Amino acid sequence: MITTLDVKPDLAKAQNADVGASKFCPGCGHGMILKTLAKSIDELELNERAVFGCDIGCSLLSWNYMNLDSVQTHHGRTTPVIYGVTRANPGTVGIAYMGDGGGLAIGAQHLVNAATRSENLLVIVANNTNYGMTGGQMSPTTMPGQKTETTPYGRDPEVTGRPAKAAELVAAIADPNKSYVARASVSNLRKLSTVFKKALTNVAQGGYSFVEVLSVCPLNWRTNNEATWDRLKTMEECFEVKEFLVKEGLE
Amino acid sequence: MVKKLITQDTRMFLTGNEVIAYAANAAQAEFMYGYPITPQNEIMHTWCKLLPKTEAGFLQTEDEISAGFSTIGGILAGKRAFTATAGPGNVIMQDAQSMAEMMRIPFVCAVMQRGGPSTATVIYAQQETRLTCFGGNGEGFRIVYSTAGHQDLYDYMIKSFNTAWKYRFPTFMLADGYQGKMREPVTLYDPASRGITMEPTPAALRAPGVIGVDREATHLRNTFNLEEELMERLDQYQVDYDAMSKEVEEYFEYKADDAEVLIIAHGIVARSAMTAVDELRAKGIKAGLFRPITIRPLAVEPLRNVVKRAKEILFTESANGQLAQMCLEKMYGLTTPYQTLFKMGVGVTGDDIVNKVESMVKKMASV
Repeated sequence: MITTLDVKPDLAKAQNADVGASKFCPGCGHGMILKTLAKSIDELELNERAVFGCDIGCSLLSWNYMNLDSVQTHHGRTTPVIYGVTRANPGTVGIAYMGDGGGLAIGAQHLVNAATRSENLLVIVANNTNYGMTGGQMSPTTMPGQKTETTPYGRDPEVTGRPAKAAELVAAIADPNKSYVARASVSNLRKLSTVFKKALTNVAQGGYSFVEVLSVCPLNWRTNNEATWDRLKTMEECFEVKEFLVKEGLE
Repeated sequence: MVKKLITQDTRMFLTGNEVIAYAANAAQAEFMYGYPITPQNEIMHTWCKLLPKTEAGFLQTEDEISAGFSTIGGILAGKRAFTATAGPGNVIMQDAQSMAEMMRIPFVCAVMQRGGPSTATVIYAQQETRLTCFGGNGEGFRIVYSTAGHQDLYDYMIKSFNTAWKYRFPTFMLADGYQGKMREPVTLYDPASRGITMEPTPAALRAPGVIGVDREATHLRNTFNLEEELMERLDQYQVDYDAMSKEVEEYFEYKADDAEVLIIAHGIVARSAMTAVDELRAKGIKAGLFRPITIRPLAVEPLRNVVKRAKEILFTESANGQLAQMCLEKMYGLTTPYQTLFKMGVGVTGDDIVNKVESMVKKMASV
């Protein structure tokens, strides 16, 4: 006799139960990041104040992932859409979700200027060191020596520069009295949750938050579980996981 | 709610850019997002100067890409928001305008044309006609009003908001640097005094009600998985666009009823054409003007009717026939011959038109 477990999946209230099976590739980091974000929103009870925006690239697959008012935008343009919302409707907890390409290449001018003005929103950059959706090209955060479709012999920093350090860049220009800037990793979701909650709390108080999350892309990396994990550890050596800027009094 | 500055009819002597800012306030616009580019800057300047009195909002963004997308954000938040741009700014704002087109966002933008292509001049042109109507990687599901003076700037800026929010197609007021920088007398009024009610601007994001209790979460997107899914959506847009066109299309005729030589011009060039028509009539030449006010959608039937009656057509523009191409497509099958007077990026004077029409008439007589 076959018995089935009648156990419902552990979904956050901020997750859309109707979305069905994950649209992300097996082993992708986006699901972990988004679920952790959703649970953080639940814990802080920000569901009614939140507006979620997603970019182009793999992050666009999150357009209906959240049980939140959501808008999918153009490549690199999530940040201006969301600060357009929060400027027009103060009190909104705006979340702009994008990859490393959307954040640091095509949308870099918005990243820099939103940080400089310390706009009232949370920018999340899921950094998997390549362009996933388009087939694994080099991104600004591709690590030295890393093979991608456009660096098939490994990224040569002499030719294509060093990997971009988003959190360091943002921390250098954001207003320290308004901002929370951190880098976290999908290797420690409990820590990621703490980071998200601080970041969201700061935004709910009118501040600017930036969280870079080191993530994984086994499909384009062509890595099995073990090698994926090893790559993530290498990333954590290249990109320091820590809080870079914490507004005074932010718990 | 913003405070209205104009509560009774007020005659003023203003630059066109100032008029646009006053018109946006009269329309109860709540937020402007903008980036500096000549010749539209004074729209922002005036809007900002008036902020303490209007209690509206403004954000100077990092570029026109951002101005376009943050305007979309403001609109989705339920604000009567707008932006303004010109030339190369209009080019890079196509990214946002294309998203507004796909998502039926009531995007409102004043375009003050300057010379092109590229940086060209900061002064004047009619070379953004095609771009404003058909920019982006789509089908041109847009509404474009072309103005011919300061009263138009006031009237059509107010109207643009209502058209955009009523029909949910991005709506543009297409003017130019001459209109933006020139001073003219204009009557500012409260739209309510003309029986104009502003369309409501419901929020798409953070609408009233609790998610999961009163309503479902809103999930807005512009990407589709299947070709057929996209086509089905766009086919419906076309149906909506055609239905809207009949209600929205506008044109202006000047002494066109018995015109043997019909001038077709839009925007400020149509003003020169009116002067020319009067001069030509004084010389015994039956000239007339057809001026499309909505250059997208065009008022096709009135255009065809007036073209049918004329003996010869003159298209004149401060561009190389951008409007003419749009009109000629709609005039398919008609046999009225036409000539052109195109000055790329340069103003067309009444004298230019008079001389051209006189030479046309001479040729007609000698045939």
